[in-house]
Amino acid sequence: MIRIGVFICHCGHNIASAVDVEKVVEFAKTLPGVVHAGHNLYSCSQEGLSSIKKSIEENELNRVVVAACTPRTHEPLFRRACEQAGINKYLFEFVNIREHCSWIHSKEPEAATEKAKKLVAMGVAKAALLEPQEEGESKVIPRAVVIGAGISGLAATASLLGQGIETHLIEKSDRMGGLLKDVAIIGPEGTDSKSLIEAFMSDIRTSPKAHVHLNSRIKELKGFIGNFEVTIGNEAEDLKVEAGAIIVATGACELRPEGEYGLCEHPQVITQLELEKMLSKSELTAKNFVIINCAGSRQPGREYCSRICCNASLKNSLRILDLDPDASVTILHRDVMSCGTAAEALYMNASDKGVRFVRYSLEQPPQVRAEGDGLFVEVFDETLDEKIDLDADMVVLATPLVSPDDSVETSKLLKVPRDKYGFFLEAHVKLRPVEFATDGVFVCGSARWPVSARECIWQGQAAAAKASIPISEGKVRIEAITAEVNPDKCVACGNCVLACPYDAIEITDRDGIRAAEVNEAQCKGCGTCVAACHNDAIQQKGFSSRQLGAMIDALVRATTEGTQ
Amino acid sequence: MDKKKVVVVGGGIAGIQASLDLADRGYEVHVVEKSPSIGGHMAQLDKTFPTNDCSMCILSPKMISCADHENVVLHTYSELDGVDGAFPDFKVRIREKARFIDTSRCTACGDCIAKCPVKVTSEFEEGLSNRKAVYIPFPQAVPRKATIDKDHCRMITQKKCGVCKKACQAEAVDFDQEDSMVEIDASAVVLANGFDLMDATSMPEYGLGICKDVITSLQLERILSASGPTNGRLQRPSDEKEPRNLGFIQCVGSRDSNTRSYCSSVCCMYATKESILAREHAPEVDIAIFYMDMRATGKGFQEFVSRARDTYGVRYIRSRPAKIQPVNGDSGVLMNYETRGLAGESKTEEFDMLVLCPALVPSPDNVLLSQMLHVELDGEGFFETPDLAHPVDTTARGILVCGFASGPIDIPDSVSQASAVAARVAELIEGGEDS
Repeated sequence: MIRIGVFICHCGHNIASAVDVEKVVEFAKTLPGVVHAGHNLYSCSQEGLSSIKKSIEENELNRVVVAACTPRTHEPLFRRACEQAGINKYLFEFVNIREHCSWIHSKEPEAATEKAKKLVAMGVAKAALLEPQEEGESKVIPRAVVIGAGISGLAATASLLGQGIETHLIEKSDRMGGLLKDVAIIGPEGTDSKSLIEAFMSDIRTSPKAHVHLNSRIKELKGFIGNFEVTIGNEAEDLKVEAGAIIVATGACELRPEGEYGLCEHPQVITQLELEKMLSKSELTAKNFVIINCAGSRQPGREYCSRICCNASLKNSLRILDLDPDASVTILHRDVMSCGTAAEALYMNASDKGVRFVRYSLEQPPQVRAEGDGLFVEVFDETLDEKIDLDADMVVLATPLVSPDDSVETSKLLKVPRDKYGFFLEAHVKLRPVEFATDGVFVCGSARWPVSARECIWQGQAAAAKASIPISEGKVRIEAITAEVNPDKCVACGNCVLACPYDAIEITDRDGIRAAEVNEAQCKGCGTCVAACHNDAIQQKGFSSRQLGAMIDALVRATTEGTQ
Repeated sequence: MDKKKVVVVGGGIAGIQASLDLADRGYEVHVVEKSPSIGGHMAQLDKTFPTNDCSMCILSPKMISCADHENVVLHTYSELDGVDGAFPDFKVRIREKARFIDTSRCTACGDCIAKCPVKVTSEFEEGLSNRKAVYIPFPQAVPRKATIDKDHCRMITQKKCGVCKKACQAEAVDFDQEDSMVEIDASAVVLANGFDLMDATSMPEYGLGICKDVITSLQLERILSASGPTNGRLQRPSDEKEPRNLGFIQCVGSRDSNTRSYCSSVCCMYATKESILAREHAPEVDIAIFYMDMRATGKGFQEFVSRARDTYGVRYIRSRPAKIQPVNGDSGVLMNYETRGLAGESKTEEFDMLVLCPALVPSPDNVLLSQMLHVELDGEGFFETPDLAHPVDTTARGILVCGFASGPIDIPDSVSQASAVAARVAELIEGGEDS
């Protein structure tokens, strides 16, 4: 006998302010199979969860429907509560009446309540047809692959090796070190860049578990968390490596806006990274420096702040004055982004040492012009409220970090998303900063967003921690909501193989019968193959045609017969 | 073999994430949280920038996962009492303060709270409403158990009352309970004890505590919260009216050489977020943010500021207040300020409500912890992390730090630092770095 319990959540006022929760409860009680319906102020609180567990026992429930918020954040919690109360967690059905009702229809409480009832009716109809599922388990290959040997990749690799995990480090250029190779001193701490990189590289070189592949790229990626097969290629050969986890540390590169502010027209107009190279030789070829911040960023088309440029300008100004106390440095800026303790101290220090700060606006950007041997920078000083003309023999453009062109390729190969600027998009900007939505693939450093060396290093270590968890565990559980082929109906047309975005399906020969076969560990349960199949030969567990049909029937019934 | 143990000090988002990663990595984690519930400041926030995700909605599953994890032991309402030894053999003494409630019996039914006659200012609601002397700090508290505040309970202070004990059918109230001590043999210690808000009443020029309608940003966070003291209705304290306009003052006590010279890193963005939310709650309200530099350096932050300015009409004014004073008796605030530039002018504007964004300062506990654990503090009182190659390592081996305890950072950075801590602990313990 199907015994369904329905729990409607107030989510404090988040749901209850628009949805009449008690009316939905009363309606739920009338639905077929429902033996209990109740409500909680916060279903996800310890109190809410224990009341659900108690009700499962008291009412001998064998199906549970929670109408609350989003499965993205809360499904694991309710599934676990079901499991703890002794019922298979796949007998749980989640209905979202917050995003889909109370939030989007916050101004129409009656309509929101009606919609909530209909969604609950659909959830209940589906729940009645849910079947228990068993999760598989898959072994994890105790090996990691790190892509990119800039500071983030080096930190991630060193951390993995430090934890005793065999690691392949893949670098497209002929050297490790990334952008920091050209930087002498890393601010605001004033750490020597070369010795920092060297320390990481020597850890890696001396580790018997490290494999460094220079001049190499990822050519192909197959598999899934715990069981990836990575093809690493260089000019000479391809190498296949099996790995349990992958860390993307492909970094960013400096924008060179040729033609803007005289770059590439006047040799005395250089970028910040070129200034870094000059400073690392400790030779100044100029006396009057004008540094233009936000050169190419925080403007239409590239609206973001590149986070590290202000601090680099501050650090380099001080370095210039260290090398030549008679030099003059002017920083043209729109806001000085020296967040935190050390960076703000750097700003104060630069100000005390005589670095001149001139604020300009997006509407009136600085103009660089050559006259004779020298350069002049004309800028509208917001504080003075007038135009000033600065004599410069070197103009430095603090340009933003941008995503490298080949990140498109990386994104396609690894099937991980990018944001509108080409930086990789993490699983959750707030709480999962170094994870991708794809299990077993992680991200760190400026590949995700422009960050300082310090941030790159701890993010590299963070990604290493995340990668080490399945590897140290030795196994991963495989979600049971996967596609399932009925070989009797399958004609091996291959439509599903083409449709599957995860390469999880292949046509196999079983005792002379050719049919599609789903690799459950690789299947993400997206359902694309089900839609592509002409013969109704693939069903997705937990989302079968019968279950979805029942939901539609329930909706039609609730609409035609009313929800009172 | 027994699991190696790690003690995490602080149960905010940094401590929770560090605990989850360490526990997933196979260590037995002991979380020491001084308040009755884990959750920290993030539990007080209404939404989070720049996506306006509901803060409690994304935090609460983590709190429950932490409490439910087979490798995590929560010591809430507890403090470090002392630490002996050094890496990898710390002996950590934890004082579990008496709650005067037998937590194994308490069902959080709330009967005791309903009967308790003593009202105390609610810390969780930032003083905007009251709690009782026996209380559960907020509905999603973990663990969800009552606590008796011994400084305010009449039975404890005056030996008369005891109505909570009569009300409790579970017989969980125990006035004879004493602090208990737990000793943990830990391989590593993680400091994740967060920050405090600077007490802005110490700077009377900003009017907090003088003008009723001057509040702190964390108070506004509670006012905006649907589960807060006004159920999410934007209203000013003096007369509970919806304000017609609202001013935010950035850098109150921060970036100021007289008080805190550093930048607290998150205020520009949370003020922008609170502005957007205030406009959503009260579409007519006019909002001005008075700032020095608009520091929007994270993913999606500039776009968030543009959205506040262009879609929500928030006025960003680069200026500092010259004078803040009360008007109309008790309600509203009169503010003088100068607009920048030589063409700038002196202005006087009346605000129905003024929101201060105070410096976020190190926890006062840092001093004691630094002595107990022999770790250095930096000039501002945050835990020092001198080695750039190991940004979450303090000055003592085996003692790691994450989140605001090491300096001003936002939630995603706290979370990634917390994961980095798990990597460092694993490196130190597994990788033979313990020699």
